[in-house]
Formats: sequence, C-alpha cells, structure tokens
Amino acid sequence: MPRVSPLEVYRNLPGTNCGECGEGTCMAFASALIERRRSYGDCKPLVSEERYAEKLERLIALVTPPVKEVMVGTGERACVLGGEEVMYRHELTFFNPTAVFVDVSDDMDEEEIASRVKAVESFGMERMGQVLRLQGIAIRAKSGDDTRFGSAVMTVAESSLPYMLCSTEPEMLEVGVEVAPERRPLVYAATEDNLKEVAELAASHSLPVAASAASPEKLLELVAELRQRGVEDIVLDPGTAPPGRGLGRCLENMVVLRRLAIERGERLAGYPIMGTPMVAWLGEEDEVRAAMRECIIASAQLLRHADLLVMHSLEMFSLLPLLTLRQNIYTDPRVPIQVDAKLYEIGKPDENSPVLLTTNFALTYYTVASDIEAGKVNCYLLVVDTEGLAVEPAMAGAKLTGSVVKEALQNSGVDRKVKHRKLIIPGMAARISGEIEDATGWKVIVGPVDSSRIPAFIQEKWSPNGQG
Amino acid sequence: MKLEELLTRLIEVDSVELEKVEIDVEELVMRVRQSLMLTRAGTMPAQTPAVAEVRQELRERVSFELPVDSYPGRIEEVTIGATRAEGGSRGYVVRIGGQRSLYLFEGGWSNRPVVSFDVFDIPQPQFPKALREIWSEYWDSPAEWAREAVRRGADLITLHLVSTDPKVRDTPVGEAAKTVEEVLQAVEAPLVIGGSGNPEKDPVLFEKVAEVAENERCLLASANLDLDHERIVKAAVKHNHNVLSWVSLDINDQKTLNRLLLKEGLPRDRLVQDPTTAALGYGLEYTYTMIERLKISGLKGERELSFPVSCGVTNAWAAREAWMKVPEWGPREYRGPLWETINALAVMLAGADMMMMLHPAAVQAIREVIDTVFSDAKPEDTLAWLKV
Ligand code: B12
Ligand code: SF4
Repeated sequence: MPRVSPLEVYRNLPGTNCGECGEGTCMAFASALIERRRSYGDCKPLVSEERYAEKLERLIALVTPPVKEVMVGTGERACVLGGEEVMYRHELTFFNPTAVFVDVSDDMDEEEIASRVKAVESFGMERMGQVLRLQGIAIRAKSGDDTRFGSAVMTVAESSLPYMLCSTEPEMLEVGVEVAPERRPLVYAATEDNLKEVAELAASHSLPVAASAASPEKLLELVAELRQRGVEDIVLDPGTAPPGRGLGRCLENMVVLRRLAIERGERLAGYPIMGTPMVAWLGEEDEVRAAMRECIIASAQLLRHADLLVMHSLEMFSLLPLLTLRQNIYTDPRVPIQVDAKLYEIGKPDENSPVLLTTNFALTYYTVASDIEAGKVNCYLLVVDTEGLAVEPAMAGAKLTGSVVKEALQNSGVDRKVKHRKLIIPGMAARISGEIEDATGWKVIVGPVDSSRIPAFIQEKWSPNGQG
Repeated sequence: MKLEELLTRLIEVDSVELEKVEIDVEELVMRVRQSLMLTRAGTMPAQTPAVAEVRQELRERVSFELPVDSYPGRIEEVTIGATRAEGGSRGYVVRIGGQRSLYLFEGGWSNRPVVSFDVFDIPQPQFPKALREIWSEYWDSPAEWAREAVRRGADLITLHLVSTDPKVRDTPVGEAAKTVEEVLQAVEAPLVIGGSGNPEKDPVLFEKVAEVAENERCLLASANLDLDHERIVKAAVKHNHNVLSWVSLDINDQKTLNRLLLKEGLPRDRLVQDPTTAALGYGLEYTYTMIERLKISGLKGERELSFPVSCGVTNAWAAREAWMKVPEWGPREYRGPLWETINALAVMLAGADMMMMLHPAAVQAIREVIDTVFSDAKPEDTLAWLKV
C-alpha cells in the first residue's frame, strides 16, 4: 500500500474541483499524486495562492517519499537514486531503477580509462522497446598519487556520464572534487575516520556523499553527523563483503535500512542504498568466475533494495542477466507494458507480403517484431488488443478469439493493402484457427510456436497464391 | 558516558555543567559544544539543520533497534523423504518451510532452501546445447541420470514422467512405476515425482506411483485445478506422500486449490505450493511478486497460503537469452547457467524454499549463495574493493 490515502491528500488540496490540473476533480488529482503520475506543482492554485500555503506545506510533507531522491551528475544523463515508497513492488511500484556504475582506477592508463568510459557511455541494449543502459563511472584512487587521480577524473569528466569519486582520503577526494564540482559527483566515502573533512568538502560544494559503515547502527550515526555538518544528499553504503565473508549480513543490512526508512519512519535511514558487487574481483584470478559472481552479488543487492551498484565487468554475458532483472523488477505492476493494437509494417511489405498476427503485450510484440526483422522478412504484423496479455495467457483467458481478430482485421484496413486473404497466426493459437476462418473469411495458416522460426517458416511455406 | 546519553540529557534538562562530564575525544567535545550552543542560543550556523531536528535525530539514534516484526502466522514445515527408521528407504530427509519470520535477522528460521535436480524418464534432445552436453550421456537411463545429479550436488531428485503423456509415448503407468522404483534404488535422495501434465492420465499415474513408492514420503507434482486432484490427495494420504499444489500465477487460484486439497484430506504438513516460475526476462516479476505475497500472507496468518514454496527454475531455459547463439550477448556457455542462477536467486530471495534446476554450474552457484546468505559471518573490511 502507498503510505497515504487519497483522502488524506485530498484534504490538503484546494477542493474546488477547478479542473486546471486536467484531472477533472481534486480527488482524481489526489490519486494521481499518490501514484506519482503527477506532481503537486501541477495544481496551480495550490502553489500560487497565498491562502493555500499551509495546505501546500502539509501536502509536500505527505507526498515526499520516505527514501530521499538523490541526484548524481548533471544534464541529460544525470541519475536519480532512491525515491522509493514501498518495500514490496506489489504495494505500489518501485520508481528509480537501480543505477549501475562501472569502475575505472587511476592506475589504468588514460587510454584504458577513456575506452571504458566510452563503453559505458555508448552501452545500449534494446529489450522490449526499452533501451537498457549503464548509468555512470566510479573512479577509484588506487595509485596513491593525487596527480594521477586528478587526471583520471579529468578524463572521465570529459564524458557526459555521472561519476563518483572513490577514496577514503579527504585530500584525494578534494583533488577529485576540484576538477569539476559543478558536475555534481558523488563523494565516496565518509567513514568514521574521515567524516569531518569529507563532510566539509561535500557541504562546501553541496555534493552528495556516500557514508560507509558495516553496521546499520554505525551508519545512522554517520548520517546524523553528516546532516549536522550540512550535508543534505546522502547515500548509504552498508558495505559489501564477498560470499562466505559476510555477504549474507550485508544483504540483511540493506533490508534493515530500508525497513527502518519505510516502515518505521526513521529519517536517518531515508536515503538511497548502494552496494559494491565488484568485491567479487578481490583475489579472484579467473575472470569468468569473477564476472559471474559479481553478477550474482549485484542481482541479490538489487533485490534487497540497492539503488546504486558499482561493477567492474563489462562483459555482456554477466551484464545482461542483471539488467534484465532490473527491467523486470522495476516494471510497474499496475500496468502490463503494452503496444498500440494496430497494423505494423515491418521491412517493405507489398501486396503479396504475408500478414502475421500477434498480441499487444509488449514482450510478445517486441519478441516477434525483432525475430521478423532479424530474418529480413517484409510483412504486415497485425497486433490485436488482448488487454496486454501474451499469446498463451490470452488464449487461456479468452482474450484472443475469432471475433477479436475479425474486429482487428477490419479496423486495420489491411485488406486494401494485400491482394491475398491469408493470415498467419501463432502456433499457440492453433486451437482457434477454425473460429478465425469462420469469423473473418480469411484463410488461416498456423505458424510456428516460437516466433524465432518465422523467417524459416515464411521462406518454406509462404506463397500469396498457392495453397500453403 | 556515551555521547548519546550526554546529548539526551542536554535535551532533557536545559543547562548542564560541562566540567562534570569526562570527554576525552576532541571530536566529541566539539559536537557537544555545538549542540550546547544550539540548545542555549536557539540559533545555528547557516548549513546545519534546525535544533529540533538535531534533537529528534539524536533521540532516534539513542533508540536504535533492529526493525524486527512479529508475525501471527507460521509457514508449515514439510518433510520430504523417509528413512528406514521411518518406514522408507532414503538416506536422509529434507525439510522445507517452517519459517516464523520474513527475514533471517528476525530469527525464526530453521531450514535453508534446497535444490532439486530435474531428471526425465526419456531422453530430452530438445534441451539447449549447454544442457545436452552434460546430460545426454546419462539420459538413456533415469537411474544413471539421477545418480549423476546427486553427484553434482542435488538435495533431491525430481523425476518427470513426461513420457506417460498420450501425446508423447503414452507409457503405461505400470512401466512408469518401474522407473520410479529404479530411481529409488539408485539414489538415497528424497524424491519428487512429476507427471506429464496430462489431466486425464496424471491422476491414474499418481495412484500407481504412490503405491509403489509407499512410505517414501515423496512429493507428488502436481495437483492443479484442471484435473481430478481429489484422487491425487487420496493416493498421497493412503501411501504417505506430499502433494505439490500448482497454479499459474494467480494467488486466488492458489488459495482455492489449497483449500480444496486440505478439504479432501491432505494434512497441512504435506502441502507444498508452486505458483509457476516465469523465466527471467519473460515475466519473472509475476513469480517474484506472487512468492512475496504468499510468504507475507502466510506469516500474517492467512492459513490457506502458509505453505512452503517450490519453483521450477528450469523454466529459465525458456528464455532465448539463456540458450540462443547471439554474439552481442556474450558466450552462451556462461550466459545460460548464469541465467538459471539469477532466476533461482530471485525466487529464493522472494521466499522460495525449493528450486528445481538443471545446470550443475547454476546449482553450484546457488548453493554458494545459500551458504553465504545463511552464514553469520561478520562483514570485514568492506572498503577493500577500493584497492582491487
Ligand atoms: C506471465 C504469464 C501470465 C501473466 C500474463 C502477463 C501478460 N501480460 O501476458 C498473468 C499472471 C496475468 C497470467 C494470467 C493467466 N495465465 Co498465464 N502465464 C504466464 C507465463 C508464465 C508466461 C507467458 C509469457 O509472457 N510468455 C512470453 C511471450 C513472449 O510469449 P508469447 O506471447 O506466447 O509469444 C511467443 C509465441 O506465442 C510466439 N508468437 C507470438 N506471436 C506470434 C505470431 C506468429 C505469427 C507466430 C508464428 C508466433 C508467435 O513467439 C513468441 C516467442 O516465443 C506462462 C507460462 C510460460 N512459461 O509460458 C503462463 C501461462 C501462459 N498462463 C496460463 C494460464 C492458464 C493463465 C490464466 C488463465 C490463469 C490464471 N493464472 O489466472 C490467466 C489468463 C489471463 C487472464 N487473466 O484472463 C497457462 C496457459 C495454459 C494453456 N495452455 O492453456 C500457462 C502456459 C501456464 C501454465 N503452464 O499453466 N499469465
Ligand atoms: S488544479 Fe488543484 S484545485 Fe483544481 S481540480 Fe486540480 S487539484 Fe483541484
């Protein structure tokens, strides 16, 4: 459940139902606020009229998430961490997807740093109509030489990516900050031993700081002191230990922190949480094993509320499972991802091209469309509205029927685009082929069960005239 | 005196004589001075938060407590397998469930999640290459396959009698029962017995295998809403087995089916539930969330859902990312097992008690995670990564 009810929010709106926000009524706007589809600034009377000042203040307190949003970096690729309201996605949804930062260290030569940065910057993997990306760079001061560190930071700062400066030495962090404080780097880390200096450095430039301590209790103490010293944007690092050396505790500590923030209203814990899965590389010679273990630690932390992860591997085999998991977990459970139900042209179809049928569930559509594109098949893809269900659930739930297909066919106007009257349906929909033929008068051809076989199927079987 | 205590007192009373307090660390003196100044003067340096807030924070700090919840409910503990002493022939038994809390730090956990290896009664040439390479050597004999699976780290074996499906080989139930006996003889591990999913044949099949495996306390997988589950329950009760209650991602269906099975006479400590495992990238979030909801409801006292959860993690291999050769995705011989591992990890962290798996590397990795998650080792030197 969201923390507040629409009624509570409603009480702090003007209550005039003036409609300026576009929601029609204040109550509707209240629901939209809770679901974070709108923000309070969209109620113009509330923010502009003096008489609502008190309501406004109360409203802001009500709708501010218990986990603060912390921004790292600037510009288009700036990344927002935190902002969560619930412990479990079914209670509402999760918001800002976990940011993945990849490390460079100042003992790498400039070329290597630049090439890693480039790789992160240009990384983009399309999946279900979304592009999976990496978010930023973690620069580790490893050499102990501040000139080297400074120049590593300079190389990274030339990119558009957010970055974090990683060292426990205040002098080193200062060198890193001074390169480009306006880029809003995350300063890592304030610890028990350096808190005063790091806090001063960050506060003087209003930068976000990561506090690091391996126990939640200690961490909250650090947060209290950081706040006292004027630091407002904080990231919590409860520490990441390698498997077998305390990782279990680290994962539980993340839960402890998040529960304190969300279910106990503990403001000191109300900040984004981070992990450093790259501990997997400590003392590990085998790169494949290290990358796999890193992916496992990262996935576990992602599921235990981490908002930021620092990784080392740039291998696709280990990034893909992690980024896919992130996409899954951060999918809004309130809305199945759908595409518009209409006729799509794939490649350059003509009057003799095949017409294929699928559903408007985004996963289904993108899987099928990418298979067809990969196979360089020119065709029409008729997407029917199954209320966002995949083929099998749509069949099971009777959302894909002869009459549904008939309506889709009619609305699409495909009959004016092709000369033939043949429709290829998913193998999984074989059961309703007769039903579709009766309803539409089109000849139905049952295609393969898995869309990856469509190109081969078309090549072997398709002919606009013959019986096939 | 601890800093916290000192500061609380400062807040409670309005003035304090500093000399009476012994503070050795320069840092602390500074902080106390600052707070004192705030308390007295009521003004503050531009960047520090308001007095009231500082006080509030310090109060909270003094009262740090682990956020442990109390739960009215308890997840049933189910025992799979029976040793000689218990009338069976297994070398050991496996216990799943039994939790009294959601997280380990809250206490109340007695069992770790377990891993079962899938074994099929006929060869599986449609397996992805990564799995074929490992198992094809053994798949002509389910007993050999099971033996190898145990060698590779299985806590249990799941024997899928898929060939009994009339659309596959229509293997007679008597013959399938022989396979069960062979596997029981080949390994000491407790057994899960899977049907073919054919709603007409499965009840008949389970009646027969339950009988030949009498008293072995197997898990019959599974009862669902589309078949005559009462026959399965009766066979399980008569011959001393457990039943898997399987639905497809619908919590209301789960409740309905569980209720029916219990009503038909299945004892509470013999029911395991399976919400259906959608693959990573192909609906895993539905499974993840359903398991979380099952666990939370169960612990809140919803007695029709408070049962251990089993997951067919093998479904991970349905994702093309797990098996397809796509150079941009990296080598599939690593990608596949990792896909299965992350799938298992996700359901486990959601609350699954048992994972049915196929790739030995994935099983090894997930065992490492289980050991890690259940170890009480204190994290040390968590800043070492800076120097990797
Ligand atoms: C996720 C899921 C759900 C989600 C649906 C999410 C969604 N938006 O669709 C939810 C939880 C809502 C759901 C509900 C139901 N589900 Co369901 N669900 C699944 C699950 C786990 C995955 C489905 C999926 O996303 N597949 C991935 C997509 C990409 O596959 P696809 O659309 O079929 O597309 C592929 C092919 O069809 C083909 N293809 C697609 N288009 C085209 C076009 C052409 C021309 C060709 C040639 C090929 C082709 O290629 C694609 C890639 O392979 C499956 C089990 C499984 N592992 O498959 C069960 C499953 C489909 N569900 C099932 C059932 C019974 C149901 C329900 C009736 C029961 C219930 N639990 O309430 C409801 C029905 C829906 C309703 N409310 O009316 C059964 C269906 C059994 C059957 N065969 O009849 C399944 C198989 C589970 C099972 N084994 O019991 N489900
Ligand atoms: S703009 Fe504000 S006052 Fe007007 S309807 Fe919307 S919420 Fe109500």
